[in-house]
Amino acid sequence: MDARTPWQALARPRFPRTSWPWRSAGYLLGGGIVGVCAAAVFLVLGVFSLLLVGLPLLLLSGLALGGVERRRLRLVDLDPAPDPHRVPAAPGLAAWFRLRVGEPATWREFAYALLLATVLGPLDLLAVAAGVGLPAALLSAPVRLALDGHETKVVKAYLVTSYPEAFAAALLGAVLLVALAYPLAAVAGARAALARALLTPRETEARGAIGEVIASRARLVDAFEAERRRIERDLHDGAQQRLVALTMTLGLARLDAPPGGPLAEQLAKAHAEAGQVLTELRELIHGIHPQVLADYGLGPALTDAADRSAVPVTTDVELPRLPESVESAGYFAGCEALANIGKHSGASRAALTARHTDGVLRIEVEDDGRGAADPAGGSGLTGLADRIAVLDGTLTIMSPPGGPTLLRVEIPCPALSARERSESSSPRTASSSGRG
Amino acid sequence: MPRTERTRALRVVLAEDSVLLREGLIGLLARFGHEVVAAVGDADALRDAVAAHEPDIVVTDVRMPPGFQDEGLRAAVALRAERPALPVLVLSQYVQRSYAADLLDAGDGTGVGYLLKDRVGQVEEFADALARVADGGTVVDPEVVRQLLRRHRDPLEALTPREREVLGLVAEGRSNGSIARRLVVTEAAVGKHIGNILAKLDLPPAEDTHRRVLAVLTYLRA
Repeated sequence: MDARTPWQALARPRFPRTSWPWRSAGYLLGGGIVGVCAAAVFLVLGVFSLLLVGLPLLLLSGLALGGVERRRLRLVDLDPAPDPHRVPAAPGLAAWFRLRVGEPATWREFAYALLLATVLGPLDLLAVAAGVGLPAALLSAPVRLALDGHETKVVKAYLVTSYPEAFAAALLGAVLLVALAYPLAAVAGARAALARALLTPRETEARGAIGEVIASRARLVDAFEAERRRIERDLHDGAQQRLVALTMTLGLARLDAPPGGPLAEQLAKAHAEAGQVLTELRELIHGIHPQVLADYGLGPALTDAADRSAVPVTTDVELPRLPESVESAGYFAGCEALANIGKHSGASRAALTARHTDGVLRIEVEDDGRGAADPAGGSGLTGLADRIAVLDGTLTIMSPPGGPTLLRVEIPCPALSARERSESSSPRTASSSGRG
Repeated sequence: MPRTERTRALRVVLAEDSVLLREGLIGLLARFGHEVVAAVGDADALRDAVAAHEPDIVVTDVRMPPGFQDEGLRAAVALRAERPALPVLVLSQYVQRSYAADLLDAGDGTGVGYLLKDRVGQVEEFADALARVADGGTVVDPEVVRQLLRRHRDPLEALTPREREVLGLVAEGRSNGSIARRLVVTEAAVGKHIGNILAKLDLPPAEDTHRRVLAVLTYLRA
């Protein structure tokens, strides 16, 4: 494996011939230059901050310098250096600024900037001067002697008057250049480690960010569920009721139409069509969000789903009421499993088991079909796995060729008491009664 | 279907939150000679109306305000607990065994009906079912029955396919005569099938009138 930091590179025998010594020197030189700039900026802003207006700018300079330093880190540290800052939840400069002021990462960057301006910058320069400047001065001795003609002072201390002496100095410089590359790389490595420690996200911050992502996915799933219920309600209270009224009117009209005439025939046709549409609409609404899930919970909903299955299903279901999102995910997982059995498995019978034990919901659907179900192949299963994963659950499929196939869903969740259940459903009540 | 079979005019309390459907049902019931003494839009009003009018039968939707869940069904079950003899016909948008089973469990299972709302469009069938429930019959929607028939169910394993078919028709609330006409057999043959079913489901001929209902309940719970 290739070295990713100067420290790792140091241990390799071919270190002097790699780019690492030059990267290290470049990094330190850059550090010195940035340090000097930072010192100048701080000096100016420091005066301004006496008048208070400079204080926010001081903070901003820390943020900017953090960004520059994270980029520079790439020179000697090939691992990514992510930004520790969070994305503001609300738009606008004010929200952004409030978030930044509140973040520990901002203050670590500020501390790093101060340190760079006062201590690290000069140290960087010193290291470059000693590690590169000194050997370079020695190496240049013959050239400078040639330019001067008579004599030259090496490193401002040792007077050289002859070419053998100058070449000896140059040789010493070459040896030193190689020898000093090692401590130089060590210093650059230390500097990079310090920069990484102060400028990249702490583990807790990274975890917080992941937690944030999962929470936002869960919110998305919840929003999706709410939308499903809204669509179901709209179809139920609107189109479906009108269709029932229509079939009723057509049915009454048929009673009054002269039997055997063309009118009776037309009415019978219209009546049958309307009835067909109503049946289709009912199936559609059920697929969107079955009412029994809200009224009776996952257990009866799964049993009812088994009733609908084309393949005979024996059920063994014993469940308390569970959180709404879990019931919904579990229901659609069970339905998908049963639908797949009906479509692909060639099974003659299936068994559905559901239990809630030790705070985990377990649903198992087993069939006696030909097996070889491919979780990656079915988009339905992939979607389900994603949905279950958001709830911290898992979807397992065991399906050897020749069968049998076992699909298992496990979702950790608490059982709801009757009180919690009614509380969790109360917002729905409020929103639906508000429709008038 | 002979709709002149029963001509008793019924006093009906109707609970349905959709105004369109409520008006339609009032018209439909009037067409068959029944009188809607109260038409209400939510479960609380239903209880009050029943107390005020003492109707011959209650017709109610499952889903009603305020929660738009199963308030109508809950109200029907509660009414049956208070007045076991009050016939109740529940109209549901959904083919759900759970709803039907809850309703049949309320009281002794006689004089109850669970019909899919679609059935209202088959006006004569609906009027017929209404009359049968009012007369103390048990009516379960054919769609629910059909779904249950498809499933493999252990307690009914002993029954032959023909016996299961007969039991399904019993659950729909049909009389022996009606079943005989449907299956194109004699009434005596139907009686024999039902005798076998009751024997196999271990329902001894002690309390004669309710054994058919008990058989239907076994069927629904299986």
